[in-house]
Amino acid sequence: MSLNEEVELLRQIPLFSNVEPAKLKLLAFTSERVTFALGQMMVQQGDTGDAAYIIIEGDADILIDTPDGPIKVATVGRNAIIGEIAILCDVPRTATVQAKTQLVTLRITKDLFFRLVNEFPQMAVEIMRELARRLERTTAQLQAAISQNK
Amino acid sequence: MAAGAGAYVDSMDQSVYKFILRHTKKEQIVLLVLTVVSYPFLYFSYDLPKQIINHITAVDRLTRGGEAAKPYPEQVLIGLFKMEHIPYLFALCLIFFLLVMINGGFKYFINVIKGQLGERMLRRLRYELYSRILRFPLPQFKKMSAGEIIPMITAEVEPLGGFIGDAYVQPIFQGGMLVVPLFFIFNQDIFLGLAALAMYPVQGYVIPKLQRKVNALGKERVRTVRQLSDRIGETILGVQEIHANDTSTLERTDFSERLGIIYGIRYRIYALKFFTKFLINTIDKLTPFFFYTIGGYLVIQGEVNIGALVAVIAAQKDLASPAKELLAYYQQKEDIRIKYEQVIGQFDPPNMLDIAKQEEEPSDVKPLKGTLELTNLSYAEDDGVRLIDNATAKLKLDKRIAIVGDGSSGKDELAMILDGLLVPTGGHAAIDGVSIDSLPETVTGRRIAYVGPGTQIFSASVRHNLLYGLKHRPLRDVLEGEELEERRKAIFEAERSGNITLDVKADWVDYEAAGVDGPAALTARMIEVLRAVTVEQDVYQIGLRGSIDAAARPDVAEAILKARKAFRAQMAGNAELAARVEPFDVTRYNLNATLGENLLFGTTVGDGFAEDGLATNPYVLQVIEKAGLTNDLLEIGRQMAQTMVELFSGLPPGHEFFDQFGFISSEDLPEFQNLLGRINKTGLDQLAAEDRARLLGLPFKLISARHRLGLIDEAMEARILETRRLFAEDLPEELKGSIEFFDAERYAGAATIQDNILFGKLVYGQAGGAERVNQAITELLDELDLRSAVMEVGLEFRAGNGGSRLSGAQRQKIGIARALIKRPDILIVDQATAVLDGQTQNAIMANLLEMYSEGGLIWFLHRPSLAQSFDHVVVMKAGRVADDGAFADISGDGAVLKSLIEAE
Repeated sequence: MSLNEEVELLRQIPLFSNVEPAKLKLLAFTSERVTFALGQMMVQQGDTGDAAYIIIEGDADILIDTPDGPIKVATVGRNAIIGEIAILCDVPRTATVQAKTQLVTLRITKDLFFRLVNEFPQMAVEIMRELARRLERTTAQLQAAISQNK
Repeated sequence: MAAGAGAYVDSMDQSVYKFILRHTKKEQIVLLVLTVVSYPFLYFSYDLPKQIINHITAVDRLTRGGEAAKPYPEQVLIGLFKMEHIPYLFALCLIFFLLVMINGGFKYFINVIKGQLGERMLRRLRYELYSRILRFPLPQFKKMSAGEIIPMITAEVEPLGGFIGDAYVQPIFQGGMLVVPLFFIFNQDIFLGLAALAMYPVQGYVIPKLQRKVNALGKERVRTVRQLSDRIGETILGVQEIHANDTSTLERTDFSERLGIIYGIRYRIYALKFFTKFLINTIDKLTPFFFYTIGGYLVIQGEVNIGALVAVIAAQKDLASPAKELLAYYQQKEDIRIKYEQVIGQFDPPNMLDIAKQEEEPSDVKPLKGTLELTNLSYAEDDGVRLIDNATAKLKLDKRIAIVGDGSSGKDELAMILDGLLVPTGGHAAIDGVSIDSLPETVTGRRIAYVGPGTQIFSASVRHNLLYGLKHRPLRDVLEGEELEERRKAIFEAERSGNITLDVKADWVDYEAAGVDGPAALTARMIEVLRAVTVEQDVYQIGLRGSIDAAARPDVAEAILKARKAFRAQMAGNAELAARVEPFDVTRYNLNATLGENLLFGTTVGDGFAEDGLATNPYVLQVIEKAGLTNDLLEIGRQMAQTMVELFSGLPPGHEFFDQFGFISSEDLPEFQNLLGRINKTGLDQLAAEDRARLLGLPFKLISARHRLGLIDEAMEARILETRRLFAEDLPEELKGSIEFFDAERYAGAATIQDNILFGKLVYGQAGGAERVNQAITELLDELDLRSAVMEVGLEFRAGNGGSRLSGAQRQKIGIARALIKRPDILIVDQATAVLDGQTQNAIMANLLEMYSEGGLIWFLHRPSLAQSFDHVVVMKAGRVADDGAFADISGDGAVLKSLIEAE
């Protein structure tokens, strides 16, 4: 896939839909395209994070370690962004992500990520939206869990 | 075995003359004799031209007298040979010629002897000074810095070399030159003689006075210059702090201030020196004044004839030159004297280590085992603060001992006293009744090992650093034939300078001390020790990235080729691995290599085909032109430049992306912007040569898979393959040494072991690709039993200045390994693992505790809680032993150990 095709692909991701093409090209050029084999770990819970990933192709499972072993909390697919929490607030990886299929991703380093967020408020809004969605979902799950336990 | 140093004089000669005379008496006499013997020849060579001219004019006058011409009388040469006037002339000229040769010869020999003498003495002095540094008591280095010491041994003593040859000969020689004309003058008339001498008392009074001022300034100059070099040394050591604190201006100002002071001193020295010269010159010119007045008066009075006066005035002219030389000698002598005294003074600190403790081989030493006894042990620094204060304890060395205490407990000093590095100022530390400070270094340095918190790694191979503690004396000579002859000459010369005569290239390794019988077993032992300090894997990885000399180790090269084939076979059966490596194939374009690499298709040797220079390499240009590729590459270069300008022009200059991703640096970007503008106007064909080279430089760096610019299509790839063929085919003979073509059947000596096995490129964008491939290679090498061969390559890795090419952790681990490999009776670990991470600390401690399960380990712990694993614990507080016993017995409530652990 050439750089120009990649730029086209990035434009379809909601997170980047408002970023101008020239900047997307820089993003594509400076981000490494990383392929994961089926079953390979993308990030490991507890590790320090230095990059986030955007899934270009394929699916990944999100797993959380518990005393009873890892449990799967979600499956994400194309256009999903993974690992942004660890680079946003300098905490260890909060979950393990494992490739469910052969997975093609764009690896965005911490520095690049912050540059983009700084330069494109629209991106920051998109990320906020995504985080809020997740928070809402987590709250709902928590409520469900509490009511189940009662 | 005697260490081979010459006769040793412990205190240095306080005067440079004594020093010179002590070591060069014979040579100085030879020089003197040679000088005196050369006088008559010199005299005759001045006299002979006069005779020749007289002869010619006389012959001329006699034979051309017209009718009065007479036959010229026969001449007698040197009272022996009668001859005609023509042969006589030739004979005189021949003698003149011989005299010139003889004088030249004398000059040559005298100068060579002087030079040799000076250089030998310089070598002796430097050796002596260096050897004294090795005997300084350690606290001395708190007072003297490297910045001060280094120039003393290098630059400051340098002028001595030139002076030593002249030291005795010059004043005698020039003195003679002065006395002869004076004698002549006195012979003519006593008053004229007195007139000639009249000004010397004035000079004799004034010049030393001036010189004393110069000397004082000279001393000050030496001192300030030393401080200056100390400051430079400090700047280099502390350069991080300077950058981090933005104090470069402060440092510059300080430096300028010091330079100003030195300038002032030097200026005053010059002024005084030239004033002295001025005085001398004026006085010299004044002497004729006396001749004219006194001489004139005497002539008129008829007491002296006019001829004598003229001769005296001529003789006086001959006085000037030796007088000047003597003055110059006097000034140089004073300068040298100060330099010598200033250097010597610094190399005579009190409490220097006895030379015998370093040089004498110990006779039959008992192992250092039994009981370590501290009896009222004290150690105080110069300021009188007692860091160890009457410490007393009895420790069984068959136990593993931990010593704990806070920063002011004195445990750091105790560690160094136990290794003999520091000498206690009171009391004793003794092993089975033998005081440690009475033991020579030849015992402590071999039977006791000490690893401190920051080990020094020398600028040599890892192997040398590891075996450093086994190299006390050369044990086996490795020389024969011509080399041995060279060696004999070197020994002869070293003896002349009082230097040590051992051979640094001999095999110094004490295999027995390492518990092995020879080099092969030693490698196994080194690997074992490196494993114990968890650095084996690091050295192995370094080895993989190193290369071997295929000619020297054909067996290893062949085995690695085997590994390459096995790796290829493994790839064929393993899709996951195959996806991570793109092998080199002469018929295919490698997407994960640069275009340049694809074109050369080989490992470059030296700089002949370095990637940065490809665009200006005449042969490369010729090949791409022949392949008709020049314009296409220019077009690719243009497109790359355009993309770069488009992507990067918004970034601030110096942004890290330029380095990481750009083909163009931020400084060059505007240049390329202009270049693109020019291309738009005139097209690619009209570009200046310089612009073309600039554009052409870009495509060679392009990696299709990494940069994904889509600039190289399949047709282009095919054409580059064709160019690759041309490049190899036409390669001129003189360039063949600059490249080693990829050949699946041959070991590439210039490439690393890893690259030789891989024989291809890692594929970009495969998560964990490098690790997976590395693992596969490691497994393969283990299977083929190549692990120790790779380790050997790793061991040859040059650690760089101060070990800078190794990480801090690696340096420290190698330092610990160095202590282990010599199998000391007592291993003192002084907080040596403090800089390592927790996991590594635990692993190394566990390994060492196991190795020393029989005792002999004394560990000064940086974390008191670690003391649990030891058999015996000593707790230090304020310079005393507060507690000692088993951990369980002395860690109860209220115990010092408990409070130390709680404070962790």
